Amino acid sequence: MQKTPLLDTKGIVFLLLLAAAAILVPVLFLATPANGALHVPAYLVALIGKYLCYALLAIALDLVWGYCGILSLGHGAFFALGGYAMGMYLMRQIGTRGVYANANLPDFMVFLNWKELPVTWWGFNHISYAMLMVLLVPGILAFVFGWFAFRSRVTGVYLSIITQALTYALLLAFFRNDMGFGGNNGLTDFKDILGFPVQSDGTRAALFSISALALGLGYLISRAIVVSKFGKVLIAIRDAESRTRFIGYRVETYKLAVFTISAMMAGVAGALYVPQVGIINPGEFSPTNSIEAVIWVAVGGRGTLVGAALGAVLVNFAKTWFTGVLPELWLFALGLLFILVTLYLPKGLLGAGADALARLRRAKAQTKPLPAAE
Amino acid sequence: MRKTRLMGAALRRLAAAMTSGMALCLVAITLCCVSVQDAHADALDDALAKFSTDRFPDTQAAIQELAATATPRAGAILDALAASKLSFDPATKMLYLTAASGLVEAKTGAPASGISESQLKRVRLNNGVRSVLQAAQGALTLLSPDPAKRLSGAEAVFKSRDLTALPNVELALAAEKEPRIRMAFEQARAAILLTDKAQDDIKRLGAIDIIKARGDQDAVSLLATIAGASEGRVKLAAEEAAKSIQARLALWGNVQNIWYGLSLGSVLLLAAIGLAITFGVMGIINMAHGEMVMLGAYTTFVVQEWIRAHSPALFDYSLFIAIPLAFIITGVIGILIERVIIRHLYGRPLETLLATFGLSLILQQAVRSLFGANNREVGAPSFMSGSFDLGGLAITSGRMWIIVFSLAVFASLLAVLRMTSFGLRMRAVTQNRRMASAMGIDTNRIDALAFGLGSGIAGIAGVALSQIDNVSPNLGQSYIIDSFMVVVFGGVGNLWGTLVAALSLGIANKFLEPFAGAVLGKILLLVFIILFIQKRPRGLFALKGRAVEA
Repeated sequence: MQKTPLLDTKGIVFLLLLAAAAILVPVLFLATPANGALHVPAYLVALIGKYLCYALLAIALDLVWGYCGILSLGHGAFFALGGYAMGMYLMRQIGTRGVYANANLPDFMVFLNWKELPVTWWGFNHISYAMLMVLLVPGILAFVFGWFAFRSRVTGVYLSIITQALTYALLLAFFRNDMGFGGNNGLTDFKDILGFPVQSDGTRAALFSISALALGLGYLISRAIVVSKFGKVLIAIRDAESRTRFIGYRVETYKLAVFTISAMMAGVAGALYVPQVGIINPGEFSPTNSIEAVIWVAVGGRGTLVGAALGAVLVNFAKTWFTGVLPELWLFALGLLFILVTLYLPKGLLGAGADALARLRRAKAQTKPLPAAE
Repeated sequence: MRKTRLMGAALRRLAAAMTSGMALCLVAITLCCVSVQDAHADALDDALAKFSTDRFPDTQAAIQELAATATPRAGAILDALAASKLSFDPATKMLYLTAASGLVEAKTGAPASGISESQLKRVRLNNGVRSVLQAAQGALTLLSPDPAKRLSGAEAVFKSRDLTALPNVELALAAEKEPRIRMAFEQARAAILLTDKAQDDIKRLGAIDIIKARGDQDAVSLLATIAGASEGRVKLAAEEAAKSIQARLALWGNVQNIWYGLSLGSVLLLAAIGLAITFGVMGIINMAHGEMVMLGAYTTFVVQEWIRAHSPALFDYSLFIAIPLAFIITGVIGILIERVIIRHLYGRPLETLLATFGLSLILQQAVRSLFGANNREVGAPSFMSGSFDLGGLAITSGRMWIIVFSLAVFASLLAVLRMTSFGLRMRAVTQNRRMASAMGIDTNRIDALAFGLGSGIAGIAGVALSQIDNVSPNLGQSYIIDSFMVVVFGGVGNLWGTLVAALSLGIANKFLEPFAGAVLGKILLLVFIILFIQKRPRGLFALKGRAVEA
């Protein structure tokens, strides 16, 4: 079997760009004068940081959809769960600075007249525990869900629909006040992260760099998975599940493993997203969010990883631009994007680009037949 | 000692009852001979004159005489007295009452002129006057010519179980002709008899039977109070009656739940039945299905707006106009969607899902741009509003018609699939496309028509749902996940499965709601379906096949 290198040209370009952003953006943000030509304003740092988190979510989704054929319409749920775990840590850091100045209970619990911290919140004042939960909660949910789903061979659109039902059920659940996660309003009004104020410039810059780092790491892990032997089996499952099973691979185990890893990556993306945006609420569980993540991957090109990240950034940039300039038209544009990409760009931008490049090369090879023969 | 005091109290109450009873005899006698108008007017004047003597016994007599005249003004005067708004002019002895509009003459109700409130003296009340006043007011309501008032009067007596009202009730019972109100009076009388410990056991046991026949929550609480406050046979009988009523109520509660469940199920059925064609039979994931429902609802809105503007007389028929129109509009849109988008994506279900989701965003935004993001009001025609009781069931007409309508849509869809040549072709194409094509069936045409049919039915569902849900651009979104759940639960490719799934999910939801709450109930059902799909990935009524990947 021919071995695929860990990093191809696309990957190297992607990682270099990412490294450049991770260093340049904070430097330009912190070290240049506020009205200088090269200055990056604070809102832009937060915005691009948000895009990086979305890009990590897109890579996680591409790992399961692009390489294993599992179209999850519920990845937003894992993203939001990671976000909630982070949000809970941040809530506990508020301490007595809340409106009710209660050292033990977040404001909304005091408001609901709760007397003590529910079990689900225990330990969230330690960052290490919170970080563990960022990985474990989405991971365990994905594992349990996947264990049931893949073992009973729920595939294709059925799986898509029940993943959507999963995130919908979580949406309804998190809207309830008695769940103890802030209900409708979610978690917000954060003050500190690791002792640094969330709103300060230094923290913003650090969060940005960490997001870029996480994205790069997520890409490397995903890339390592897909170029390994394990990854080849995943691709085999995507292309011919039954045949792979007949050859003797335990398809369920492969699917379960990659689904769980992907969910954990989505959780990390959510955890980095929350301090930069400053709020997490049940709206993040909405099925629409998960489907939007799918279109990022489709636009960029599924099964390319880099494309997924590119798609996430492009689509969200377009969203920011449209909702600022032509808010009425954004949903038309997004809707059209869904239709046009599936009809005319089934391989996404990156795939189409590669095809065009290949065609060009072939054309060049034909127009210049053997110049050395003269 | 204590016993004698109790006895004394009872006696006094009896005496009071007898006084007011006599007053009522008077009322009755006067009612029998009100023909003489002069006597009537004189009696009224005499009665009113007694209010202005400023002595309690006279006031009591005045109240009784006033009640006896049974003039239309009597009620207003007594009400004013009860609210301390009745006053008289010490100089002229004229009576006035303070109404919402200001000072009016008590006798005629005409606005008072040339006098101000400061010159007047209030008619005073004490406890004796108050109890006479209450009895008189009760008697006036119980004998009111308005049946609704009599009924509510009887209900009020049933709730208050005021012993002094007994004579009034008996009198009213004797005069009552309408069976429904008669029953209410009998129940009121029974409630009083039960509460009155001075009555003998035989009478009280009889009263328990009557209360038991009433059989609602009020009867249960009355019987429970009685059982707690009495001994012997009465206590036993009351307890037993309360128990039997509760059992009956629980049964009716379940029936009511089933009814609500059927109602919810029929809504699910309506929303899902079009999807059962496009997803279930054709295998197309149409995420824009909910938007077809929404378009149907907006069609109803437009039709009603047009009717309001041009011919309001047609309003009751607006739904009958909207149904075919919605079918045609959404059907045509469906055919267009199939031709332009879905046709290119057959065999790629995940891509179809994404493309149709994009379409749903566009349709939602289009409707939002056209009609605004707010809810639009769709009215209910007269036959859809109102409600009626069936046994212990309260049935609203709107819900009932929606159940009937959804079953009718289901039956006609089944008929189309089974009995028409189009249905035959459609089934042939979905079972074996290439073979059908070889037999000369134009599969492209059938695909487009079948998708149009599914979309058209979604539009019809929108007409019905506009009656019970908010008509907004998000209408469809709230149904899409539920609809998919219904189709997947019922089994793909099987209309009967959709019917069974919709109704059973509806009923299960309503039975979960009381102890799990509406939201948690829904979550539980979603989790149940997610688990169920693991167990039977092809649904309740799966089509059997031999393919590895169906």
